[in-house]
Amino acid sequence: MEMIIAKWNYLVVVMLMMIGLFTVMSRQNLVKKLIGLTLFQTAVFLFYISLAKVDGGTAPIIVHNAVNQDVLYSNPLPHVLILTAIVVGVATTALGLALVLRINDAFGSIEEDQILAAKNSDYGRNDDNKGDKA
Amino acid sequence: MLDLAHIPVLVVLFPLLMAAVCALLPFRNIAWLLATASTGMGLLAAWTGLEAHSGERVSYALGGWPPPWGIEFVADGASLLVSTVVAGLSFISTIYAKSLIEKEIDEHLIGKAYAAWLLAVGGIQGIVMTGDAFNLFVFLEISSLATVTLISLGGRQDRRALIAAYNYLVIGAIGATFYVIGVGFCYAVTGTLNMADLMVRLPDATATAPLLVGFSFMVAGILVKAAVFPVHIWLPAAYGYAPSAVSTMLAAVATKASIYVLARIAFTIFDGLDDMVFLILEFVLLPLSVMAIFVGTILAIMESDLKKLLAQSSIAQIGYITLGFSLGNVLGVTAGFVHIVNHALIKGGLFMAAGALTVVMARRVSIDSLAGMGRAMPITSSAMMICGLSLIGLPLTAGFISKVYLVLALVSSASWWIIGLVVMSSALSLIYLWRIVEAMWMQPMPASGRVREDPLIYTPLWVIALINIWFGVDAGRVFRFAEQAAKAVGAGG
Repeated sequence: MEMIIAKWNYLVVVMLMMIGLFTVMSRQNLVKKLIGLTLFQTAVFLFYISLAKVDGGTAPIIVHNAVNQDVLYSNPLPHVLILTAIVVGVATTALGLALVLRINDAFGSIEEDQILAAKNSDYGRNDDNKGDKA
Repeated sequence: MLDLAHIPVLVVLFPLLMAAVCALLPFRNIAWLLATASTGMGLLAAWTGLEAHSGERVSYALGGWPPPWGIEFVADGASLLVSTVVAGLSFISTIYAKSLIEKEIDEHLIGKAYAAWLLAVGGIQGIVMTGDAFNLFVFLEISSLATVTLISLGGRQDRRALIAAYNYLVIGAIGATFYVIGVGFCYAVTGTLNMADLMVRLPDATATAPLLVGFSFMVAGILVKAAVFPVHIWLPAAYGYAPSAVSTMLAAVATKASIYVLARIAFTIFDGLDDMVFLILEFVLLPLSVMAIFVGTILAIMESDLKKLLAQSSIAQIGYITLGFSLGNVLGVTAGFVHIVNHALIKGGLFMAAGALTVVMARRVSIDSLAGMGRAMPITSSAMMICGLSLIGLPLTAGFISKVYLVLALVSSASWWIIGLVVMSSALSLIYLWRIVEAMWMQPMPASGRVREDPLIYTPLWVIALINIWFGVDAGRVFRFAEQAAKAVGAGG
């Protein structure tokens, strides 16, 4: 129990991660899938950020009037990494949403089962026997 | 002429910088010229580096920040070999792409299509060259977002391309995120992200449980990107519905970089933790590779659409590469690298031919609709046959050399039953190739008669077909480079 309280941040990360992954896999709606994906990625961001926290550490900005004192800083590197990862995540979400728009134009739906039904009707129409041009 | 010290960064920079220029250009011919020039310069740089490589590791500190603090680009036997393959195949496919992209993509999008094309190539080169575990994730996403855009351009011909692109985006993002989780665990234990530094520090780590979790996450994420069975599901649709030029480039180079990363993770980063690596290689990668070979081959036999058939067969071929890697010794990894080179040539050639046929028929090509096309398009079709024979591994072709080294590696590790399975799967792949041969050459010529073939399409195709024969006859050269690569990633430790 004590361990759970001491590591509660990781517990939250794992729960968010699983909720995100489950949403991606279980939802039929393409936008909801993207929401799940974003949640999943954000959980990983939180994982990195909570790694960076040093007990009792302050923000990693050099304290001017304390040059010779021992100041405990948090680790800034994971923050920088996650800044990059957030940019990547935004790009992924934006591209995903743009694709959903195009899918909605082409199939008239963003529900996976309806798209699948429409997609199956494509077989035989585009593939074979469309007049023997060959 | 080229300063060798700058090669690691040049192969990445040429395509990446030109991508920005292409995106702004309204003239499609100039965009194509720039794309050709920049991939050509990339090939020149990578090839110069590979030829001049003396077994010494060339490190490039980006921004002058020395590793392990800054991001490091590394040119060694392995990264230079894969980089040359990527640069070479992307150069040839860029030349080939011109007339196909003009036919398959809307005119106002052509400049942007080349921009995405170069971003994909630059991203893949970055994956190969980087020596930083987190930087690798960034390049992974650059290439995969560009790839998604390129696949979705196939939506004009067939709306199913949009679904394929969406699925690749979601599955690919999950794979990349898995990789990042793994990197996070390694960072938590060691406090470093530099691959060479990780290799030194990981064995000293006292906590092994997080390392096993981290290693598993990294491998699982990369398996998704490399399309290893059973996480290959995005690949057949993505390659099948993408514009023909795009399928060619992707099939030739995209998964190769991820497979190379797999070798880097297992043999470079986790070099000092042999037990853990052995566990994953022997009990996860090896069975998955064997299953990939069979599932891919059987799905290809049952497939009726030509491009999807080739994509299914890619899954089997990726299985051969990872099978070599899963042996873990120098011979096995060498066989893997040999097949990375040869499969890039084989599938590049086959997809080029499929693209040429698609453009002529102006619709999706099924096996049935290929009837008599061998007689109608003899130049394209005969080059396609050479690549096809190379795929099943007939002697005097590159594919045969791959199989020989793979079997030699399997003999050395005394895996007799796997040799049996490899031989059996080669025989099975004869079935799907035979269906193509039968349709193309043994049926009467279609009523439309002979088709005028486009030299800009069949010349790159023939170049690739001839290289297939060249590497089948003169195998020593590829083998030497592959062995150097296997030693550079640190196999056999």
